[in-house]
This record gives sequence, C-alpha cells and structure tokens, in this order.
Amino acid sequence: MQFMLLFSRQGKLRLQKWYVPLSDKEKKKITRELVQTVLARKPKMCSFLEWRDLKIVYKRYASLYFCCAIEDQDNELITLEIIHRYVELLDKYFGSVCELDIIFNFEKAYFILDEFLLGGEVQETSKKNVLKAIEQADLLQESQMSSSKSGIEYPSSCRTRAALKVIPPTLLHWAMMSEADGDMAIEVEPSHQYSITFYCRITDGNRRAV
Amino acid sequence: MPAVSKGDGMRGLAVFISDIRNCKSKEAEIKRINKELANIRSKFKGDKALDGYSKKKYVCKLLFIFLLGHDIDFGHMEAVNLLSSNRYTEKQIGYLFISVLVNSNSELIRLINNAIKNDLASRNPTFMGLALHCIANVCSREMAEAFAGEIPKILVAGDTMDSVKQSAALCLLRLYRTSPDLVPMGDWTSRVVHLLNDQHLGVVTAATSLITTLAQKNPEEFKTSVSLAVSRLSRIVTSASTDLQDYTYYFVPAPWLSVKLLRLLQCYPPPDPAVRGRLTECLETILNKAQEPPKSKKVQHSNAKNAVLFEAISLIIHHDSEPNLLVRACNQLGQFLQHRETNLRYLALESMCTLASSEFSHEAVKTHIETVINALKTERDVSVRQRAVDLLYAMCDRSNAQQIVAEMLNYLETADYSIREEIVLKVAILAEKYAVDYTWYVDTILNLIRIAGDYVSEEVWYRVIQIVINRDDVQGYAAKTVFEALQAPACHENLVKVGGYILGEFGNLIAGDPRSSPLIQFNLLHSKFHLCSVPTRALLLSTYIKFVNLFPEIKTTIQDVLRSDSQLKNADVELQQRAVEYLRLSTIASTDILATVLEEMPPFPERESSILAKLKKKKGPGTVTDLEEIKKERSSDMNGSAEPASVNASAVSTPSPSADLLGLGAAPLTNSAPPPSSSGSLLVDVFSDSASAVAPLAPGSDDNFARFVCKNNGVLFENQLLQIGLKSEFRQNLGRMFIFYGNKTSTQFLNFTPTVICSDDLQPSLNLQTKPVDPTVDGGAQVQQVVNIECVSDFMEAPILNIQFRYGGTFQNLSVKLPITLNKFFQPTEMSSQDFFQRWKQLSNPKQEVQNIFKAKHPMDAEITKAKIIGFGSALLEEVDPNPANFVGAGIIHTKTTQIGCLLRLEPNLQAQMYRLTLRTSKEAVSQRLCELLSEQF
Repeated sequence: MQFMLLFSRQGKLRLQKWYVPLSDKEKKKITRELVQTVLARKPKMCSFLEWRDLKIVYKRYASLYFCCAIEDQDNELITLEIIHRYVELLDKYFGSVCELDIIFNFEKAYFILDEFLLGGEVQETSKKNVLKAIEQADLLQESQMSSSKSGIEYPSSCRTRAALKVIPPTLLHWAMMSEADGDMAIEVEPSHQYSITFYCRITDGNRRAV
Repeated sequence: MPAVSKGDGMRGLAVFISDIRNCKSKEAEIKRINKELANIRSKFKGDKALDGYSKKKYVCKLLFIFLLGHDIDFGHMEAVNLLSSNRYTEKQIGYLFISVLVNSNSELIRLINNAIKNDLASRNPTFMGLALHCIANVCSREMAEAFAGEIPKILVAGDTMDSVKQSAALCLLRLYRTSPDLVPMGDWTSRVVHLLNDQHLGVVTAATSLITTLAQKNPEEFKTSVSLAVSRLSRIVTSASTDLQDYTYYFVPAPWLSVKLLRLLQCYPPPDPAVRGRLTECLETILNKAQEPPKSKKVQHSNAKNAVLFEAISLIIHHDSEPNLLVRACNQLGQFLQHRETNLRYLALESMCTLASSEFSHEAVKTHIETVINALKTERDVSVRQRAVDLLYAMCDRSNAQQIVAEMLNYLETADYSIREEIVLKVAILAEKYAVDYTWYVDTILNLIRIAGDYVSEEVWYRVIQIVINRDDVQGYAAKTVFEALQAPACHENLVKVGGYILGEFGNLIAGDPRSSPLIQFNLLHSKFHLCSVPTRALLLSTYIKFVNLFPEIKTTIQDVLRSDSQLKNADVELQQRAVEYLRLSTIASTDILATVLEEMPPFPERESSILAKLKKKKGPGTVTDLEEIKKERSSDMNGSAEPASVNASAVSTPSPSADLLGLGAAPLTNSAPPPSSSGSLLVDVFSDSASAVAPLAPGSDDNFARFVCKNNGVLFENQLLQIGLKSEFRQNLGRMFIFYGNKTSTQFLNFTPTVICSDDLQPSLNLQTKPVDPTVDGGAQVQQVVNIECVSDFMEAPILNIQFRYGGTFQNLSVKLPITLNKFFQPTEMSSQDFFQRWKQLSNPKQEVQNIFKAKHPMDAEITKAKIIGFGSALLEEVDPNPANFVGAGIIHTKTTQIGCLLRLEPNLQAQMYRLTLRTSKEAVSQRLCELLSEQF
C-alpha cells in the first residue's frame, strides 16, 4: 500500500498515512486530486479505480471516506477488508466510533493504524491482539499519569448549545445499514459541523446527548 | 471497553480543536491558527521550562495544525525531547510528531536515532514497538544506515516478543524498499524463512510480506520458502472456519495471510512435482469453496473469500501450466461477470484480461464475448466499461476481430471522453493486426476519424498512410474511399490530412471516373484548405505540387492558387516558403525532373508500428492505460518510424509542428529524389537553403562538457546568438535535465528545433525522452526543454544536442555534447576504513582496476579536489587512507539493469605536480570510463 487517506464528505482530510517518501507538496497535490475524484463518484459505482499508475480502493462509512492507494499486483478486495478491519478496530476502541472521535482523538487513530498496518503491510490481523497492544499502552499511560485527570471531556463551550438534536452517524452502523438495503440510508447534513455542540461522552464510555 | 476515557485528556487540545471547528470561514480559521502558533512559539521560547504535559499538548496542537494542511516549521526539537522522555505518553506523542513531520535536518535525525537506539535496547516491548514504528514511518537514508544492521538481529533473536518480531519484520521490509543496498543478506535470511512455520499467525503474516519482497530480488536465497508457504497455505485452506480463532475473518480462515502466501508463490515458477501436487490441491480447494453456499450474508465474508480466490487465480495464471485449473478459473470469472456486485464484475473483467493471453484459456475466455460486449453497453460505471474494453482487446483474434472492432467503434460514439483516445488506439491496432482484407482496415480507420477525429493521434493516421503506400492492392480503394469521405460537408481535419496525402499519391487511380476527375479532386481538397490549420495547409500544398506531376492538365489552376497573395504573402513563413518553392519548381523544372522529384513515395520499411511496439512492451496485451507515456514517446518514436526509406539525416526527429509529416514537406524534394543524379544538383541550386545534416560539434564544447562532469548546473554553450543553460538532477538510475535556450538577439528565431541524438552504441544504454519546444523563440526570450533520462546500463559516450533554427534568414546549425555521463548515476556510500580495504581487495582482478597517472592541469588544492570528488558523485571517505594526503571515495552506480559498486583512490604528488588515480569496480568498462572522466578534472 502506498498511502491511506481518510476524508469527510466535505473533502476535509481527517487522517493521512504515507508509506512512500513524497514531498509535502506532492502529498497535498495527490490528496486534492484524489479527494475530488472520489467525491465525484456515485454511490453505486465500484470501489476501485485506476489513478495514475496506482489502484485506488475506497469505501464510504457514514460521513467518512477511507481511501487506499495500492500497487498493480496488490489485491483490491483484501484492501477493502483492510479498511473494514480498521473501522472495526476504531469502533471497538472508541465504542461506536464516529467522525468526531477521529477528529478529537486523531493521535489515537494513528496509534491504532500503526499497530494494524506498518510500512503499508498488514502487521496484525487479529482484532484482539491489536487492541491488546493499544490497551497495554493505555494502561502504561494511566499508571504514569495517575495524578492527571482521567477521562476526556469535550470542552464546556460545546455543551451549552444543546438545541440541535442530531447524533452523528457512527461509522460501522452505517456500513451495516448500507449493506442491508444496498443503498444509502443516512445523508449527513452539512450542519454536521455543529454536532459537537450537544454531544459529549461520559467516563464509562457510553454516549448520550445532553 | 471504555477505552477513550483512559489516559490523559488534553483539555487545551480539545478546546482548540473545537474552536477551529466552530470557525465560520477559512479566514477565521487561519486567524485562530496563527494566534495559536504565536502562543506556542512564545511558550517554547519562554524562559520558564515547560513540563512534559504542556510540551506534549503543544506538540499535539502543532501536529493537528499540520494535519489541517498548514506548514509547520518548528517544534521538532520539543518533539525530540518528548520522544527521549521516560514517560510513555510523552514518548508516544514525540514519535508520532516525528513520524508525521519528518525533517531532513541531520542534527535532528542524529538525536532521533539516538533515542531510537535507546528504546531498541530497552527490552521493553512497547518502547521497542514505538521505535520500530518510527523507523518504518520515517525510513530516511540516515536511519537505514543506523539500523539496517540491527533490525535483522532483533527479528531472528530467540527471545524477541512476537509483537516486536512483527514490527521488526515490516520495518526491515520498509528499509529494504527504500535502501536495498544497506540491508545486507546474511545468515538471518534462512531464519527469516523459517518464520513461515511460526506458531503465531501474526508473525507469519508480517514475515510473509518481508519474504515476498526479498524473494523478488533474491529468488535463490529464499527458494526454500516455497515449500513452507505451500504447507502453511494448505493448513489454512483445509482448516475449519473456527480453528484459527481470531485470525478467522467473517468465517474465512486467515484471508490476509492466504493472500500474502499466494503472492509469495507468484515470485517463483511452478514448484517441484511433490510440492506441486499439494499446491494444486490447495488451489482446487479454493476454487471449490467458491461454489459452496456462503457462510454469511455479510459482504465482508464474500470479499475476504473472493480476495483469496482472485489471488489464487493470479497464481494459476502466473504458473500458466495447468490447463484444467486455468479453464476452471475462467469459468469462475465468467460467473462473476454477471454478479450483482459491481466490484466483482470489475475484478472479473480485469482478471480475465490476463487469462486471455494464456494459450490454454484463450478459447474459454472467448466464449464470454457476448457478456463482455453487453457490459460495454450497460455498465453504469466508466471504470467498469474501461475494463470491458481492455478485455475485448485482449480476447481479440482473427476469428472475432471484425465483431470486436465493430462493437468498439459503436461504443466509441458514446464513450466517455476520458477513454476515447485509448479506444481509438486499440481499434487502430486491432484493425491493422487482424486485417485480412485491407479495404476493411481502411474503412475502419476512416470511421475512427469520422467518429472520434479529435482523439485520433498522429501515429494512427501516419500508420494508415504507411500501410496504403506499402500495399498496392489497396491504393485504388483507399483513394476512392477518402474521396467519398471528403464529400461530407463537415469532415475532420485528420481526414483532410489523410485524404490530401493519399490523393496526392494515388489520385490518378480514380481520375478515370468523371465523377472524380483531377479538377474535381483538386477543388474538393481546396474547398477544405481555408478551414485547416497551418500544418494541414502545408501538407495540402505538397499535395498540390504532387498533382502538378500527376495531372499536368490542371497545372495552371494549381499555379494560380500558389501564386495568389494568400499563399505567396502568407504570414506563416512555412506556408509562404512552400508556395514560393513549389511555384518555382512547377515553372522551371522540366516534366522529367518533376516526375523524378515528385514520384510516388517509396514503400516504408516494414517494421512494427510504434503503437503496437509500445503496447507489446506492456506486460499484458490488455493493459494499455498509460497514455501519457505513449504521448511522451510519440515525438521520438513516430518520427523514426514514419520516415521514408531514403531518408536524409537532417529530417530525423524534427518535433516542430510545422516541420513535415512523413517527409513530404519542407525538404521533401531532397528526400524523395534519388540522391546523386543530374537532377539532384539542380535541386540543390533551387533550394540551396534547405536543412543540412547535423553540424559538427561546436568549438570549445569539449571544455564545457568536462566542467559538467562534477556539477549539474551552469552554462553549457554560448555564442553571440544563443545561450544554452543546464540544470539537472539525478537520482539512482533516473535523471532529469532542464535545458534553457536563451535568444540573446532582439530578433525571433524561427523553426527552432533542438534534437537530442544518441548514437547507435549509446541508444540501448540510455533512454532519453524530450518534448518538442515551441519553434519560435522571441528576441530576448528563453525557452525550456526537459529531458527525462533513464540509465539502462553503463555507457561510454555522451549524447549530442543538435540545434537548428533560422535567424534573420540564415540557417543555423550547431551541436554540443550533452553532459550526461555515467558518474551522474552515482550514489555515495559511506564505509569504514576496514570495509573499504576489504572491498578494495575483493576487486583485485586486474580487469577490474584501471589506473591513470597524469600531470595536474590545475593548482593542487586539497579542498577543491574534495569538492570535485563529491561533485563527481561518490562519497568522500575521510580517515580511510593511511596517508592523509590521499583521497578515497566509494559509491554505487545505479543502472536499470545492475548496480555497480565503485571504489576510487586519488594520490597527489605535490612535488611532481602529478596525480595517480585508481578506480576499482566490478566492471572493466565502468572503471575505464570513470577513470577517463575523473582524470580530466584535476
């Protein structure tokens, strides 16, 4: 695999991972072109396309596109499942992952990816083993940070504007739905940007709207 | 698992992120970011030492800002501090920052390397993991140098934890990909192969990737992996879906590992009979499983299962030896062609393309022709239709060519613009390749021009002309058909070109019919004249002069046209010149001379069409996608193959658009005339100004050439008219040279045609690609030309740059040597004194050493000498030679075919003002050439 990009329906890049040495300028150019190309494709189109001399494999989960560039001899279908396994890992770790989790905890998303893929190749396919590695790291972190406050809270300013009642779609839930009826069930509103204003997480990891 | 709550919330970071998200406009966002950057900068610069937590928070913010797409130019030092910390959480963020924002600052890399070294030695698997991830993510040359020796040891050590082994394997893979020369093969390789037997499937997965990559380059060394991979694969495919626990993915046992093992096997030919039987069983099992009802309705199940299936089919195609398996694979793909999943249809089409080229399965693939044609008509996704076109192309043979070409032409009418050009190329090739009846070929190409004229590239219509000229059975038909096609009220300019050319040569064959009498032919062509671009008009003028010879009865009509102001005083110098010359020729030359000069074009030498050659070079016959490359090669290729047999050197490779097509233009007369005849001398009088052969090298060009051996930029040539500057860069066996042509006068240069010429000896070793430049260079202006360079194998000579242009009515022709020399493909290699002398001794065969003792031409300054050796491309090794006055260097010459290690030693003798230069490489010719080049420098 040469690189992996996560971007939103609005074309905002959420995560980028490069497995080939490229200059920042080239990376930006590739990202721009590819985001455009992929966003222009219709929902029922096939998940693979040829782009320059690479094969692009992409899949949409709720508001997020996961997009991988692989080389000529690489296997498209297994790449599609690499994407899915990564989403599952995120989902398991965050508990019903949604785009916001990836935005606010981008470093975690990178750590999980590094445990799963290294140098563009699958390192560990067992969900248990990957999460065990991340959990161990978290424990290590906790023991060293015993004095620090535990638990992520999204900023208080976020909680004041609780009027809007849209729960951002979770990625995996989306995958199940789109599979079931073969079509898109949820359209993400552009106003999704504001969803942060009513959404918070309490320490036991359950989600609720406040 | 309430995972996210763990660890340390960085509140400030969350606030910052939500601030950014609340920004209503791009400007607001930038303002907020600048504020934050200023804040962080002041915190980093402040007197108060930051605690780890704050440092981490700020570094994280910087990272977030960078990921938003803004440039970050500070914070690296703080990140390095973090990654040297003992606190895991700080270390982790430090590593992340460095992995994402690599900086080539060598001071920094040294510090990072140091921290990595400590973590690798820590024996703490989590820390080791982080360090290995960082190496794999950054993977700079310096890191490779520092760790390439260490990581194989970690990988095969008995006490290394499984998870660390996995990281080490893939880290090593990355290092090998970026710096193969730094990863030495050794005892560890055999132990790595045995990781295929490891109990831990995660380790096997990682190791298989590593072995596959290594085996591609060193097949012998990893041969034993074949039988191990087969037995591993066999155990997986026969296991029950629950046997492998967490390595089973949606009821498919270890799909990732299976795919990787099948990939590994594709690095090798079919194995020995014993292993082969077992492998065949595996492949059959995989094919059988495809027929079983799915164990789950989830798409993940079918994707994983089919991923393995497609990889198995790839292996079957790669072996291309089991007809039974090939046919089964083909039938399986046939089922997928009609599957309701678009992804599967796409992959089936793609995979069948390669199956079509196997003799065992070609017929089986052909049975699906109707389905594929249907796909072309009904698929909603253009990328799927493209695959269908590819497959039709691949399955085409004599038996179905007419049908396939007809379907492709049909499709072309509605095809997406993005793939039209490719379809045109394919139709043109198929029509030519499978033409039994050349009238069908001519019809097809004319149809192509009619339907998609804009996408018919030059080589396509050049080719139809070549074929018509070479086959006299089709000439009359071609003339009749183009004549009819030209009757259409609006016809494409490409048709006018083909029509003009063919009627000019063979119009006489249809002139007997009163409906296509000479005058009618002429009027028909001339009615299109004013709508055409300059190159086409130039071509038509040549047709007219040909008509003068073919049809003396319309000579006066044609002369009138040539004489009209719009021709004789045409603003375009090319058209004007042709009109003047042709008019003069038709007036003064006798009929005999005219007949000789304007006789029918001689047959083109039979050689492979350049489009076809291009396609054949590609791996599969169905995978022509890189049109860019075709375009790139077009200028060089086409000119070569479209030249008439008796070509004069001056016409070779003239990429200027107004230059002549097929040699029927500016210098057509010198071209088609039998060279030393009585009429020849007359022509020279009439056209004394015509282009001469490539000029001899310009004076002083050798000196300039030598200066460029050790540098890449500068002025290559200068006289009172023209300055040629160079800027070039080389990496491994590739390079790119920018040539700047500056017009020093205040007058335009016309027909400015620079050409890069490789001698026959040089051509196979050096690939040069250039794009034509604008033929007009305004006074005081500069034009740029790019030369893409690929070194295929070592070479001696340098290519020649020939430049021809017109300046104020005089023809200028000059040549200089282009400084592309073997040493440009050097990559420096650092090594210790011990290593150096060990290798030096290994290269002791007298043929490998070349020595030269020579007098110094320049003052003997040690610093300048050092700079020159570095400029020459090799590494300058300090403290290697026992005599500090001597200079030693080492490097690797990269060519496409091989890499050649080079060692050099320069011993100055100040008293005698002499040098002794010794070169040792594994190849005599290379030693020789490098010694020649370097000796000139001191």
